[in-house]
Amino acid sequence: MSWISRGLIALASLILIGVFFVPLWKITLWAPQYPEGLSMYIWVNKITGGNPHDLYNINLLNHYIGMKPIKPEEILELKIMPFIFGFFIVLGLITAITGNKKLLYTWVILFIIIGIIGIADFYRWEYDYGHNLDPRAPIKIPGVAYQPPLIGCKKLLNMEACSFPDKGAYIAVVSVLLGMIAAGIEKFRK
Amino acid sequence: MKKNLGLGLASAALFSLFSFSAQAQSPAEKVYVPHGKHDKYYAFLSGGYNGQIGVYGLPSGRLLKVIPVFSVFPMNGYGYSEETKAMLNTSYGWIPWGDTHHPELSQTDGVPDGRWLFINENNTPRVARIDLRTFETEEILEIPFSAGNHASSFITPNSEYITASTRFSIPIPQKDVPIAEYAKYFKGTITFVRADKPGKMDVAFQILVPGYDYDLAHCGKGPSNGWCFFTSYNTEQAHTLLEINASQKDKDFIAAVNWKRAEQCIAEGKYKEVETKYAHNYRPPEGDRFAKTEWKTKVKWIIPKECPGVIYYLPTPKSPHGVDVTPDGKYIIGGGKLATVIPIHSFDKMIKAIENKQFAGEVEGIPILKYEAINHCELPNPCLGPLHTEFDGRGLAYTSCFISSDVVIYDYQKCEIVGRVPTYYSVGHLMIPGGDSAKPWGEYLLPMNKITKDIFLPTGPELPHAGQLYDISADPRKTKPQLLLDVAELGEPHYAQAIPAELVAPKTLKIFELEKNNHPYVTKSEEEAKVVRKGNEVHVYMTAIRSHFTPDNIEGVKVGDTVYFHVTNIEQDWDIPHGFAVIGAKTSNILIMPGETLTIKWTPKAPGVYPFYCTDFCSALHQEMQGYVRVSPADAKVPIKYGTGDEMKTVQ
Repeated sequence: MSWISRGLIALASLILIGVFFVPLWKITLWAPQYPEGLSMYIWVNKITGGNPHDLYNINLLNHYIGMKPIKPEEILELKIMPFIFGFFIVLGLITAITGNKKLLYTWVILFIIIGIIGIADFYRWEYDYGHNLDPRAPIKIPGVAYQPPLIGCKKLLNMEACSFPDKGAYIAVVSVLLGMIAAGIEKFRK
Repeated sequence: MKKNLGLGLASAALFSLFSFSAQAQSPAEKVYVPHGKHDKYYAFLSGGYNGQIGVYGLPSGRLLKVIPVFSVFPMNGYGYSEETKAMLNTSYGWIPWGDTHHPELSQTDGVPDGRWLFINENNTPRVARIDLRTFETEEILEIPFSAGNHASSFITPNSEYITASTRFSIPIPQKDVPIAEYAKYFKGTITFVRADKPGKMDVAFQILVPGYDYDLAHCGKGPSNGWCFFTSYNTEQAHTLLEINASQKDKDFIAAVNWKRAEQCIAEGKYKEVETKYAHNYRPPEGDRFAKTEWKTKVKWIIPKECPGVIYYLPTPKSPHGVDVTPDGKYIIGGGKLATVIPIHSFDKMIKAIENKQFAGEVEGIPILKYEAINHCELPNPCLGPLHTEFDGRGLAYTSCFISSDVVIYDYQKCEIVGRVPTYYSVGHLMIPGGDSAKPWGEYLLPMNKITKDIFLPTGPELPHAGQLYDISADPRKTKPQLLLDVAELGEPHYAQAIPAELVAPKTLKIFELEKNNHPYVTKSEEEAKVVRKGNEVHVYMTAIRSHFTPDNIEGVKVGDTVYFHVTNIEQDWDIPHGFAVIGAKTSNILIMPGETLTIKWTPKAPGVYPFYCTDFCSALHQEMQGYVRVSPADAKVPIKYGTGDEMKTVQ
């Protein structure tokens, strides 16, 4: 491996440390009576409110439509994700140190596969919260589900729900792009 | 032809657009606060005989809130809930009503700082402190050895003290004497209350003074910092038909009190400690938020003879009412309500007169300074019935005149009238934001009137009071103030204060943090809700959250029990209060803010099943937010049982 590729994969791994300090995703809800908005941030290991009590208030409002409360401590993904990112940081650094091309290709392909699985899992999670509703909920509108969008905005009853990647997701994208550039350099280098 | 007409119309429209923008804004535009915008100032108007404070936005004149202070307020349970009822304790017992007069904002370096608002109670002498993060009354201190606490609650430049006084002199200490022996037995007190220590308001000292009526006050600032000035009338010492008998002398006195000298005398032990009993009621802003009364038993009296230099009398025509100190602290203006001039005293001259002992006499050890030695000037032919003065920070004074129903505007240094504006009708106090401070925001003037008559739609014999909002943003030396708005007021506003909104609004609380709530009967989650019997008392630990109470079914209460509903609003969302009311309660409803616990007492009289409900339309299913208490006969064997939803818990 060239020193450029090794540097790139090292950089890709090191910036990935950043995802432990910033949120991955942000979901914001607006309604006529919530002009200030309610928001929640999804991190690698936790879910927090945009303001201290936002998650509490989102859960409170959700009980009217029978959505189960979001309890971060019960979400398996939040326990696994730190290890996944940790794994990529370590593997990437080993790749940079050893200069092993195969490890580099493995890193890139695995990262892309895990990324796709992660987004699919996030969709499944949103689908579950939006569809798996308590049949005894006070507000029931036939045929309406409350699944927030993966990316973008959607009107859910009186709520405008917007979901967008946050800083952590952008870091991951930059990281995988750096890895892909490194792999490309190695692949086409003669 | 058609084309020409079109051109003509277009140019006419353009012309009117230009001519419109060239004109000053109309009054309607100046007071209109469009949707999405807020008022520029908070104005705090005392409510007089309603015992409360009205909070208004300026320039819109919108009533934003009534802050209950000295009167019960069934709207939110103030004075009725177990947490707030101690606020109304006095040495005379629990009193549900008060007469609020003079609000005063806390100050730093003589400038309103937006921390607290103080206000006095005239009838049963008290002063209160309101926290401007919550707009709630947090502290009330009774003033002992006082009656008619009128010259109150005026503040010193760094909020060290607020003033209190006796408008009605009385036998001090109280005793049974013939009223006709007024001159022999009756005395006044001038009181300084420590004001800058939340939770620790106390009478710092009282000065024992001759038995006149001490009417209004204001404290010095800048060069006159360290002094406060109190008007007096009835130096004739009449005890009946005062309107004639107390209006005989040409001059009464402004009492100039050197409070720094008083501090020295206290430090040197030149005081007399006397026994008494007065209430200090404090409801902490955090923690249990449970008002408690501390009974105080001692005050320090300063006798003027024993502390020379603490007080001087400034002769002032005639039966003066207001006393106001210019923003630069150099002049003291008396509102001699029966005088034909407005006397303006000079602080510098006063100090020189004291140094040179230019005395005209002495009363009970208090030197009377020579009028000519202290007077800066007399504003000639000002108006009829001058009362109160505010300042705009441009060297102008604005004095309200009750009889001529106007405000006279003048340069206090040059003693020169620059204009006057009418009021509708018979103005009492007037207010400019920061107008009694070292830095007035001279943008608006609000005279508050005593007679309304035809100003508003009639509402039977009892009418709201009217205030006129004037625009004084242009210098009245050149531009006549513009009348913008008639403001309908609650009760009878005496004095008022106003402050730029940005000094208060960012610090206001949206919710109380449930985590910090350590009320003895708090219920922080539905799982902790319970019902506990203690002899004949039943304590319901209840939560309220959209849209149910926990518990909402309660059994096992018996006739003869006293039930305490301790309701915790476990919401942590902005502007989601819950209310609680139960049928037949002889108290009131309670309005519980997010994170707060309030308690209401209920004594059911007969067996039956009684509903309770949320009184604040909190949510889409607010009408469902209700519950029942079963009351059984006194000798019944029904166990305590409670719950919400499917599961009921039984206490054996």
